[in-house]
Amino acid sequence: MKIGIVCPYSWDVPGGVQFHIRDLAEHLIRLGHEVSVLAPADDETPLPPYVVSAGRAVPVPYNGSVARLNFGFLSAARVRRWLHDGVFDVIHIHEPASPSLGLLSCWAAQGPIVATFHTSNPRSRAMIAAYPILQPALEKISARIAVSEYARRTLVEHLGGDAVVIPNGVDVDFFASAEPKEEWGASTLGFIGRIDEPRKGLPVLMAAFPRIVEECPDVRLLVAGRGDEEEAVASLPADLRSRVEFLGMVSDEDKARLLRSVDVYVAPNTGGESFGIILVEALSAGAAVLASDLDAFAQVLDQGAAGELFANEDAGALAEAAVRLLRDPARRAELSARGSAHVRRFDWSTVGADILAVYETVTDGAAAVATDERVPLRTRWGLSRET
Amino acid sequence: MIETLVWIALALGVIGVYLSWTAGRLDRLHTRMDAARAALDAQLVRRASVVLEVATSGVLDPASSLVLYEAAHAARQAEEDHREVAESELSQALRAVFADADQVEAVKAAPGGEEAAEELAAAVRRVPMARRFHNDAVRAARALRRHRKVRWFRLAGHAPFPLAFEMDDEPPADLADRPA
Repeated sequence: MKIGIVCPYSWDVPGGVQFHIRDLAEHLIRLGHEVSVLAPADDETPLPPYVVSAGRAVPVPYNGSVARLNFGFLSAARVRRWLHDGVFDVIHIHEPASPSLGLLSCWAAQGPIVATFHTSNPRSRAMIAAYPILQPALEKISARIAVSEYARRTLVEHLGGDAVVIPNGVDVDFFASAEPKEEWGASTLGFIGRIDEPRKGLPVLMAAFPRIVEECPDVRLLVAGRGDEEEAVASLPADLRSRVEFLGMVSDEDKARLLRSVDVYVAPNTGGESFGIILVEALSAGAAVLASDLDAFAQVLDQGAAGELFANEDAGALAEAAVRLLRDPARRAELSARGSAHVRRFDWSTVGADILAVYETVTDGAAAVATDERVPLRTRWGLSRET
Repeated sequence: MIETLVWIALALGVIGVYLSWTAGRLDRLHTRMDAARAALDAQLVRRASVVLEVATSGVLDPASSLVLYEAAHAARQAEEDHREVAESELSQALRAVFADADQVEAVKAAPGGEEAAEELAAAVRRVPMARRFHNDAVRAARALRRHRKVRWFRLAGHAPFPLAFEMDDEPPADLADRPA
């Protein structure tokens, strides 16, 4: 099958959606499909052979933060050329509602279009105002995929219609077979995520940490992720700061080893998560997971069967649960075993098969994707002699 | 006087282009709906044929075979207005027969059964998918067709009002579930 995938965010900036697209493209290529990814990228960044650059993304304020987006004539022309040259059986657009490549491709293409909705933005006034602009583009999509039941619900609420739920994929064996590192083991808590992004919840964990140390004196906290380390520990008493170890940005290998090594992986995120791929990675590595009870997290953790949940933003509840887990190796082993079995449904072999099933459903008997040419008015009104 | 006429002509022209564009949009929605309906049809027929194959292969006990054969046969023969009920009954029959995980194992154990079980699992998973896509297309088409501009100018022509396909498509848990 010839598959075109549209990535809305810059290829050179690391992010969940980009990684998802990279892994999906590589998985499909391994299965023998022809894949081309259209992504914003600087012209000088080295790209894998399957990625086509759609030009540089421009930083503009959008939706409360500065987003790097692609728009304008040049991008639209590149989208058309890519569609024209590719002759795809199906195109798969990620984030079709963001004013970037996704929306442009929706405008420019006709034929079997699959779209994945990653984020679940709460309904905003801009969204309601934009509805008449979005609708003609979005109604071309033949199949919608939501990454979680939660994302599906918000999608149905905002845009109407329906979607199938296919979770994000993870290479489970990569994490399951990583070598644990001894110095990261023995009574350790792990945290991975942007340090300076409050939504990732490190402040909640910091608030709970003194109470955890009180009960388990030899506990250490390992933090991997970008951000200001000084500022992160500012709220901790001085004598506890040495118990927090910052690893900075880690490679994929080290991330897997870290998740394999820690006793408990803590995900104190306070909101804005529509899936929680990091939890799936932690489960794959066999870590006991303790996460805030966000909708998306509860779903990944099978409503608490594959990992423990605590009340969101409640440092006390977090401390209590963490202490209980740290003291109870049997419970950790039980969670780890259940998590490892549960996480198989997020493996690329399963997720990839489901996504392919969607492609096959929409391409059955349909023509290939083509650029959406405006029919000349004369032809449409039957006045043209040529046709 | 002339000026007013020019303005009126311009306004009519703009309205005309807008209506023509809307008609194009509606046309595309109908195409999408037809494609989704064809895909749903294909998945339903495929499911019924796989079930017939399993039912007549003799790997299941005679009672289960008969139940499945009956339901699949009825689903394939059903008239259009009875189709939703017949397909729902096939889903229920599948759930009843494969409620027991041992039945799935029995199919897998038979020669060539591994592929049959896989094909059946794929079929029961794809029916709900195709149905969701179809009903999503129907919803989009209905939303546009209910709009004033479409009703007043009869942009939909004689195309029948789109109807969703409602059925019970819950797959048997043991068959469709992921590898544990």
